[in-house]
Amino acid sequence: MTTPVLELRNVNKSFGPIDVLHDISLTVNAGEVLCLLGDNGAGKSTLIKTLAGVHRPTSGQMLMDGQPVLFERPKDATDRGIATVHQFGGTFPLMTIGRSFFVGMEPTKGWGPFKVFDRKTANEVAVKAVQSFGITRIDDGDRLIGGLSGGERQSLAIARAVHFGARVLILDEPTAALGVKQASHVLRIVLEAKRRGIAVIFITHQVTHAMAVGDHFAVLIRGALAASFKKGERSREEITDLMAGGEALADLGAEIETYMETHDGHPPQPVH
Amino acid sequence: MAAAVSTNPKTPSTGRSGAWLGQAVRRPEMGSLLGLIAVFVFFAVFGGQVFVSPAGFASWLNVAAEIGIIALPVGLLMIAGELDMSVGAIIPASSMTLAIITGFYGLPEIVGIIAALGVGLAVGFVNGFAVNRTGVPSLIVTIGTMFAVMGLTLGLAVMLTGSTSTSMAPTAVSKTILGSFIGGMFQVTVFWWAAFIVVIGWLLHVSPVGNWIYALGGDRISARNAGIPTDRLTIGLFMMSGFAAAFVGVGQAMVYQSAQVAGGQSFIFNSIMCVVIGGVLLTGGFGSVLGIVLGTITFSMVNQGIYFTGFDPNLGSVIIGALLLVAVLMNDTFRNMSLSYSARKRK
Ligand SMILES: Nc1ncnc2c1ncn2[C@@H]1O[C@H](COP(=O)(O)OP(=O)(O)OP(=O)(O)O)[C@@H](O)[C@H]1O
Ligand SMILES: [Mg+2]
Repeated sequence: MTTPVLELRNVNKSFGPIDVLHDISLTVNAGEVLCLLGDNGAGKSTLIKTLAGVHRPTSGQMLMDGQPVLFERPKDATDRGIATVHQFGGTFPLMTIGRSFFVGMEPTKGWGPFKVFDRKTANEVAVKAVQSFGITRIDDGDRLIGGLSGGERQSLAIARAVHFGARVLILDEPTAALGVKQASHVLRIVLEAKRRGIAVIFITHQVTHAMAVGDHFAVLIRGALAASFKKGERSREEITDLMAGGEALADLGAEIETYMETHDGHPPQPVH
Repeated sequence: MAAAVSTNPKTPSTGRSGAWLGQAVRRPEMGSLLGLIAVFVFFAVFGGQVFVSPAGFASWLNVAAEIGIIALPVGLLMIAGELDMSVGAIIPASSMTLAIITGFYGLPEIVGIIAALGVGLAVGFVNGFAVNRTGVPSLIVTIGTMFAVMGLTLGLAVMLTGSTSTSMAPTAVSKTILGSFIGGMFQVTVFWWAAFIVVIGWLLHVSPVGNWIYALGGDRISARNAGIPTDRLTIGLFMMSGFAAAFVGVGQAMVYQSAQVAGGQSFIFNSIMCVVIGGVLLTGGFGSVLGIVLGTITFSMVNQGIYFTGFDPNLGSVIIGALLLVAVLMNDTFRNMSLSYSARKRK
């Protein structure tokens, strides 16, 4: 058994009086995709922010390669090769593509205190990275982010994380703003990262996306780890129910059908 | 000079014709350049020969230099999404510190200069620290420190010297370096301004830290998530504006050979106006050093040029007010153009 790249042991996180994460223990292995599932507000983003060094756990332990680590700030995580695409934000509307791509990781030339931001390299790398996402419309690294579409921005953010995520790639609902083509491209990227031995943590609300790439699934319900299973251990219906916070949603389709049969084809009134 | 430190003028894609237009509208200083030209033409016409003579240049350049030294770091702060009102109180505080230490206590001048600059750095540190810690908007925090510093300056001056003004006799060396006139009319401060332009232009447009400043002003949380030491950066930027204000205060004490507890308040709004006329976005994330410099020159030209015309000097304030409004509108237009501009559309 190999040591997991990342491991959480009994991690709790509360914001003042609000307990958000309860006693989470998880492992993330190299070359494996962990799908983090759960309803809105279940604590998924909080969990990955803890892994990314944005939040510090209130209690509990975090290990990287078997060694206890404490990330004081996001830079500590990025320096160790953990790259994250957060659910919101992440791009800067009034910055150029090249500059935004390298925020906090600026390529420089020159020496000592006279290091100079290498704009040419930044633009080239950034444009190449987004183009490899199938977004070939972007060919000028000096364009401002604010002029891109939401999906283009999202792709740029993912391309950035892929570029810097040497060990762990964390994607918080990366496919939310994307078109079918770009979404499937993200899934392919995830599989490619996995093939290269990178550990991937993937958050999504779409069962299809989760089942397409996940090796390992962890379900959060109200901040607690409600289920954790491997690919093939649960059916699609069971996963759907768990994603909805444990309610039997998969049956909903069947229920509606029966209802309509017995009610002359009228759909049921929504319950208020 | 200023052009040498402006945003990188060349791009790999400049090869195609028409790309220069995209480059031009994308620059934050585009609007302020047009404003400067308009203002210059206006005063060249109505101000007559004197305005375009060396003496005319000196009149606004001297004013521009003093405001400019403060407007540069205030502009960086604004690009980073913060405001600094306390500069107006730091100027007299540092002048008084210098004058009291050297003039009243007769201590070596270098001690006074270091202490005076230290006052600026300290207030800047407090500003940055408080903004980080409390999350209160910097407008409020720095208004607070402004009043605190004003009160302390007055209180300590009266307590130590029994007076609200102190005279001092600068040594020949510092008088030359900080308070002399070149050619009988250009203040040496103009050269210090040039030095500040080079250093701050380099910081914003050439060094990697510039990227952090833009990111900080664009989205503080994302900037932090991307690994930028946002707290340290904020403190550093406030210390820079504190230092610049203290520097101007030291220069003033050298020129006038005395210091008063009041004065300096005009710098608060003037520096902000220079920065905004220069195309910096009030809410952060956008702007350039060249723009700040152009904005400062435009502001000073109106400020001084009005005396060369036959108009009522109060009209100058009206022009500045109108200019500010026009500048913001124009800058908005140019910013939108730069957002929607794509090199491909030109084909
Ligand atoms: N900084 C914070 N301070 C206080 N409460 C917070 C904070 N961040 C998150 N929470 C709370 O923690 C809970 C979990 O939030 P989180 O963003 O992790 O949910 P999520 O699982 O990512 O949901 P979604 O699917 O909607 O993105 C929410 O109830 C939220 O209100
Ligand atoms: Mg979330």
